[in-house]
Amino acid sequence: MPAPLRLQGICASAGYAEGPLFDLDRPSAVYASQASAAEEKVALAAAIGKAVSRLTAMVDAADGDAADILEFHIAMLEDAALSAPAFASIGSGLPADLAWRQALDAEIAGYEASDQDYFRARAADLRDIRDQVLRALTDDGGSAVAAGAILYGDDIAPTRFLETDWSAGGGIALKAGSAASHVAMLARARGVPMVVGLGEPAKTAEGFVLLDAEHGTIALAPSPTEIEAFRLSSSSFAARQGKAQAFLAKPAATRAGTAVRVQVNIAYPSDVDGIDVSTCDGVGLMRTEFLFGKTLPDEETQYHAYRKVLEWAGEKPVTIRTVDAGGDKPVPGFTVAETNPFLGLRGIRLSLARLDIFRIQIRALLRAAIHGNLKVMFPMIATPDEYERAAALFAEEQAALAARGVAHKMPPLGIMVEVPSVAIAPEAFDGVAFFSIGSNDLTQYVMAAARDNAAVAHLNSVRHPAVLRLIGSVAAFGQENGVPVSLCGDAGGDPASIPALIEAGLRDLSVAPAQLAMAKAAIAEVPV
Amino acid sequence: MSATAEATILITHAVGLHARPSVKFTKLAKTFAADVEIALAANGPWFDAKSIVKVMAAKAPKGTVLHIRASGDGAKDAVEALVDLVRRDFDEGADHARTA
Repeated sequence: MPAPLRLQGICASAGYAEGPLFDLDRPSAVYASQASAAEEKVALAAAIGKAVSRLTAMVDAADGDAADILEFHIAMLEDAALSAPAFASIGSGLPADLAWRQALDAEIAGYEASDQDYFRARAADLRDIRDQVLRALTDDGGSAVAAGAILYGDDIAPTRFLETDWSAGGGIALKAGSAASHVAMLARARGVPMVVGLGEPAKTAEGFVLLDAEHGTIALAPSPTEIEAFRLSSSSFAARQGKAQAFLAKPAATRAGTAVRVQVNIAYPSDVDGIDVSTCDGVGLMRTEFLFGKTLPDEETQYHAYRKVLEWAGEKPVTIRTVDAGGDKPVPGFTVAETNPFLGLRGIRLSLARLDIFRIQIRALLRAAIHGNLKVMFPMIATPDEYERAAALFAEEQAALAARGVAHKMPPLGIMVEVPSVAIAPEAFDGVAFFSIGSNDLTQYVMAAARDNAAVAHLNSVRHPAVLRLIGSVAAFGQENGVPVSLCGDAGGDPASIPALIEAGLRDLSVAPAQLAMAKAAIAEVPV
Repeated sequence: MSATAEATILITHAVGLHARPSVKFTKLAKTFAADVEIALAANGPWFDAKSIVKVMAAKAPKGTVLHIRASGDGAKDAVEALVDLVRRDFDEGADHARTA
């Protein structure tokens, strides 16, 4: 029997699906070329027209975002500037299909080269537009996909998603792709399970597969035991989700009626586009590492990113964490190579070592603060001195902005509780506005088990009594001294850990947006 | 001599002049007889404001100061109408962000 093969990716839309794999990247039908350049031009014009009418028919059945995407595709196809290079190539002897493909590939390359996520993601739309016309040229109106199939390929076109009948189940598994793509947005809205970033498998992926888009995996050639376990997880997920949806719209409370604040964790400003602000109590953690991708972001880029989230949240709080690079999150030109990066120059340690970069972020935060209810926290604080130095930099930059007459506001400054020294002696941090427990890092440091090492994963449990005792003592310290304490690690959204966290005294959790409903449902079960 | 008009406007839309706003922008531009162009800097390069392919290719993110110029019949009206559309945030505003 072949060894079971499991690919790990990133969850883009939670859920479970089992079924045959459908290869999205299989070669398409062959185009029969015409006798003359004039006829090639007619064929291309006809194919573009056919693609436009197919899309127009789909617009009528679509709504909201789907209709907007289709209208964008129609507008692009109807623009002569898109097809002009293809018609010119036909004039110089190329057949219609090749001419169109080359013209669109050039356009796609332009989008892929963009330094902005949004425009890079539009390359998928352009590929979609390209393939619609190629299909029309070969009269292949979209090939038959078995009901309930798992669509598998490098990436998937939005129209391909909309053409697919999802009523019989099915899902999407992409080798590349992005959780920020149009398709991911549509998949979440329609509840279609989707995993991206699976990478290239060691052998050809085909046949019956299990797609676990709750944990971001796909199992190829599963054994009967695997199938049985998968179906158990799947029905438990469906039951949890069905029950949970009823809780989403309501404020969270335990069985005894104790109110619990539930905020969301976000990584990209665009994450908030998919969240109804009325279903959460604010943003408990906005990561800022995303801004520090290929290039270090300037002040304006950061300011606009922060402002977008603040404006979305309205009066609800938004807690932005200053850049937490280092550890398992290297940033070229910023982080340093270390033998033991989790214990090295990461988080606030790195920011305080690179003041030029830190000051830019501080200015962007101070300026954005006027647009909402901003709180700022520092990651990886180990000593009061680090907090005081960071706070002093905020005061310096505030004075500089005031001197220049730039609109700004000083947000409350808090710290992450993830280094055990803080959890053990929180009283050393006089003047801190709030504590936010980073349970992932706190657990790995207490248990001395790296979070990126599968071999010690069994040690990394937030429910170990040592970790829970520290969480409980920080919560108690906060309550006695009037310092708000929240938790923003993965444990906050884990239904199995939520009872222990509430019992430890926490009343403020921040979870991934997809876990919001489930977390509220789990809180309602807690007797406290 | 034909009329010309020119103006600048700050793009405040969350992700800039992207797909949906570009559709609205080019549709509006096409309702005018004048030639209309946009640029991200005063010295160009200038893009045909009636072509969504060109407008998208400009890749104007949020916070860009968009330059709009027109020449020919109704040039002034065209520039005013397009500036107004950008100022109104393409009639999307916060509402859309919540439902997207």
